[in-house]
Amino acid sequence: MAEAQHAVALKTVSSATNELTPLARSAAHDSRLPTPSGPRFLSQLGALLWKDLVTEWRRRELLTSLAVFSLLVLLVFDFAFDLRSAEAPAAAPGILWVTFIFAGMLNLNRAFAIETDRGTWEGLLLAPIDRSAIYLAKLLASFAFMLAVEVLSLAAFAAFFNVPADLPRLVAAVLAGTLGFATVGTLFAAMAATTQAREIFLPVLLLPISVPVIIGAVKATGQAFSGAPAGDYPWLGLVLAFDAIFLAVSFALFEFVIED
Amino acid sequence: MSTATLARPTTHDPRHTTQPSHLTTALAWASGILMALSLYAVFIYAPIERTQGPPQKIFYFHVPLAWDAYLAFFCTLIGSVAYLRTSKRSWDVLAYSAAEIGVVFTTLVLISGSIWGKTIWGAWWAWDARLTSTLVMWFIYVAYLMLRSSIGHTTARAARYGAVLGIVGFIDVPIVHMSVTWWRTLHPQPTIANPAGPTLPGSMLATFFLCLIAFTVFFAWLLRQRMAIEQLRHEVDDLSVNILESAP
Repeated sequence: MAEAQHAVALKTVSSATNELTPLARSAAHDSRLPTPSGPRFLSQLGALLWKDLVTEWRRRELLTSLAVFSLLVLLVFDFAFDLRSAEAPAAAPGILWVTFIFAGMLNLNRAFAIETDRGTWEGLLLAPIDRSAIYLAKLLASFAFMLAVEVLSLAAFAAFFNVPADLPRLVAAVLAGTLGFATVGTLFAAMAATTQAREIFLPVLLLPISVPVIIGAVKATGQAFSGAPAGDYPWLGLVLAFDAIFLAVSFALFEFVIED
Repeated sequence: MSTATLARPTTHDPRHTTQPSHLTTALAWASGILMALSLYAVFIYAPIERTQGPPQKIFYFHVPLAWDAYLAFFCTLIGSVAYLRTSKRSWDVLAYSAAEIGVVFTTLVLISGSIWGKTIWGAWWAWDARLTSTLVMWFIYVAYLMLRSSIGHTTARAARYGAVLGIVGFIDVPIVHMSVTWWRTLHPQPTIANPAGPTLPGSMLATFFLCLIAFTVFFAWLLRQRMAIEQLRHEVDDLSVNILESAP
């Protein structure tokens, strides 16, 4: 019975992506429910992440629309605050992070909606894989997509507004902030995906919880633009602490979110 | 629908009567008496503060309200963790009821703080650390209530999602507070929990602690009442499911 279910599940998942050989192989070795340890977990994680990346690569729908969306937000900000002025370096971190957060929320909403809309979510849940592997794979895929869009936004921002920045510190702030946002965002997106008004619910849940990330990332990005020393306030440390705490909490709680 | 099907599920269960328990009645009386005593202490016994004048008396309600709000969200955390471990409905009833009361108290904290701020600082709102983090906390638990009501808050899924948010939210509150404290601060430094001992005179301190006890008892009574209502709501849901299933 369990074997049959797994077979059906794997078929569902593979027919959705036509690209699940690693997952199918890892499940074929052993059809018992796996424990989250060692190379099995890594191969499951790799297979799930590969599935999301390949699906996106074949459709190119999400990244294209997110890229256009981010550029449009930057354009709107230019109209809203005339960014040719000397104020640009002061406004830059806020503008960038609002753009990242808007695009990030659209991205996170799609991460689970894409599964529920195409009916592949049940397949994933029935597959003999660890639930936390699903969380980590979704987190890493969202993180990768958000970073891709952010690199584009930053390039466009640099070209449009000519704001000098300390590149290594900017990269560190963007990486840490995006990770924190995606960590909690992935947990909440899984919850929001099953509600009626998911587009509304994700921001309502996610924005208040990620206030520390928003403050820390904006301040750390600001220090990268102004060239000020890291000094009194360890903003990057705050964001990294948030990342670590909520990565652990979300990892532990994810199984309760999808226990259906 | 026949009377037979209606009559069947109404077997009397002594645990779930609409009569309040003795403890609830005792808490109601205690909080009524303590509240009356606090009013006397606040308005007649305690002296009028020299620099702030009568508006300082908001302090006696403002701080106990904040204490109740934190207590409520702590109860939500306890209920959430226990629910995820045991899947027992009563823990979820505790978590949800406490969250709702906590949102009410947080709203009152924000309002009473605004009134106090208007008279002392001259502005309804200041983007100070404690105000900002209280506002963020309010948003977190409003989201909790909204999420639960959108997925039918007596369902098991609503209970699980609520528990997850109850845990994540409670862990987040101190981090939010720390981050906005670094961000900016204007609020008066703690006058009660000061390392160098309380800076309030004795009569004000006594009044404050009386109010704190009164509001804690009042919170306990509200929580028990709210949990009883929530328990009844679950029973009504169960009964309607029973009736639907037994209907021809």
